Amino acid sequence: MTNPLAIIGRVFLASLAEIGRLSVFAGTAVSHIARPPLYWRLMLKQMWLIGYNSLPVVGLTALFTGAALAQQIFVGGSRFNAESVVPGVVVIAIVRELGPVLGGLMVAGRVSSAMAAELGTMRVTEQIDALVTLSTDPFKYLVVPRLVAAVLTLPMLVIIANIIGVMGGYVIGTGKLGLNEATYLQVTKDFLEQSDVVSSLVKAAVFGFIIALMGSYHGYNSRGGAQGVGKATTNAVVSAFIAILMANLIITVIVFGG
Amino acid sequence: MTSIPMLDLTDVHKAFGPKQVLKGVDLKVAKGESMVIIGGSGTGKSVTLKCILGMLKPDRGSIKVDGAEIVGMRQSDRREVLTKFGMLFQGAALFDSLPVWENVAFGLIQSKGLNRKDAREIAIEKLRRVGLSPDVGELSPAELSGGMQKRVGLARAIAAEPEIIFFDEPTTGLDPIMADVINDLIVECVKDLGATTLSITHDMASARKIADRIAMLYRGEIIWEGAKTDIDNSGNDYVNQFIHGRAEGPIQMEVLKL
Repeated sequence: MTNPLAIIGRVFLASLAEIGRLSVFAGTAVSHIARPPLYWRLMLKQMWLIGYNSLPVVGLTALFTGAALAQQIFVGGSRFNAESVVPGVVVIAIVRELGPVLGGLMVAGRVSSAMAAELGTMRVTEQIDALVTLSTDPFKYLVVPRLVAAVLTLPMLVIIANIIGVMGGYVIGTGKLGLNEATYLQVTKDFLEQSDVVSSLVKAAVFGFIIALMGSYHGYNSRGGAQGVGKATTNAVVSAFIAILMANLIITVIVFGG
Repeated sequence: MTSIPMLDLTDVHKAFGPKQVLKGVDLKVAKGESMVIIGGSGTGKSVTLKCILGMLKPDRGSIKVDGAEIVGMRQSDRREVLTKFGMLFQGAALFDSLPVWENVAFGLIQSKGLNRKDAREIAIEKLRRVGLSPDVGELSPAELSGGMQKRVGLARAIAAEPEIIFFDEPTTGLDPIMADVINDLIVECVKDLGATTLSITHDMASARKIADRIAMLYRGEIIWEGAKTDIDNSGNDYVNQFIHGRAEGPIQMEVLKL
């Protein structure tokens, strides 16, 4: 009969080994960023694929979330005659948490999976081996452009998501809930602090790194044909989601934990 | 005085966990010689190639390329050695994100630093060399038939005029006529370049056509080696069974009998 403790031990050791492999992968990728050559053309292409192509999904997510948030805060606030807190709470919630987190999760769903599928297919069809025989470092050619592009692009996406999210709250707040337009914008401006924006951008850059890392790691190391690529894609998205939520908590505690 | 072999493998061992794949491979390939390694599936042919290319690190033994030991070589020096190599992969391993001409020109642009215009001209010339018209260069690899993909793979392998070319199952998946066309192209291109070649195959027609010498790998060891003209009189029961494709003989296939 299998000992349950042995099973727990095996799972724990396997998890540690996976974290170790992921850390080595991340370290190798980061060390390559500092060493030429860098493939600028590929970086720009990835920035386009990650950033521009994610705009609709991130924008719509922010718009609907901001609008729903304004509605909920209005309903909750009206119990204490505090309807005027709507703009302030919306802007803080969007900029500090919902903009970067929801933006990161949406991009993770779209981009991590695509990266894992593309690199995984390249792995199982020997295209990555072909790069090696053509004296091209696969890390530099495939992983570094994706990492750099995601780290640079996510903050831009999150800025746009934050603005659209606040506008979503503004549309509902002024159009449906009867709040004054000028007052709404003034309160939004008064509540927003520099640290909120900085933390939002830091979170976005970290989430960008996580998204590209998970997509690249699982794709690069995929094995076993179509099934292996499918597994890599699922693992990339799931691990990116979990890592983003964990990183968000850590950054929030560090920045706003007092 | 004996000249230094272009490829010199001595006592190469490689295991994956408890499975010992290479058990002391010894092989020498002289400059300008065409060596073909034959053997069934799972005998270690691909692992031998990957060890030479540095994609796998042997557990023990020595691999010398043109006299230089490459086992344990630094990454930057290894990249230098890799510029001597060209390789045709079993499935062609063309980069599906790039048009055909850029696949052929890849090594010229990335490792030789040629500008795109000059590299493109060379790529078109190499495509002509393998019997493909210049307009094929604009197509995506996905638009090509299996035989055309193999030709493009061959054009890519010879584009940078390497000193050593590896052919991994060059005729697998092709009809007999197309397989013969590819074999002829390999012989012609290699003769033009004066390159040393190492091929792995289980297609005896292909081996007889492209080889100067043939070695048979069985259970991780070279069990016979000689000129291709001697293979029919090898006096080795394993070789005889393999080249005649007989089910009966000392080689027992690992198949489940229901």
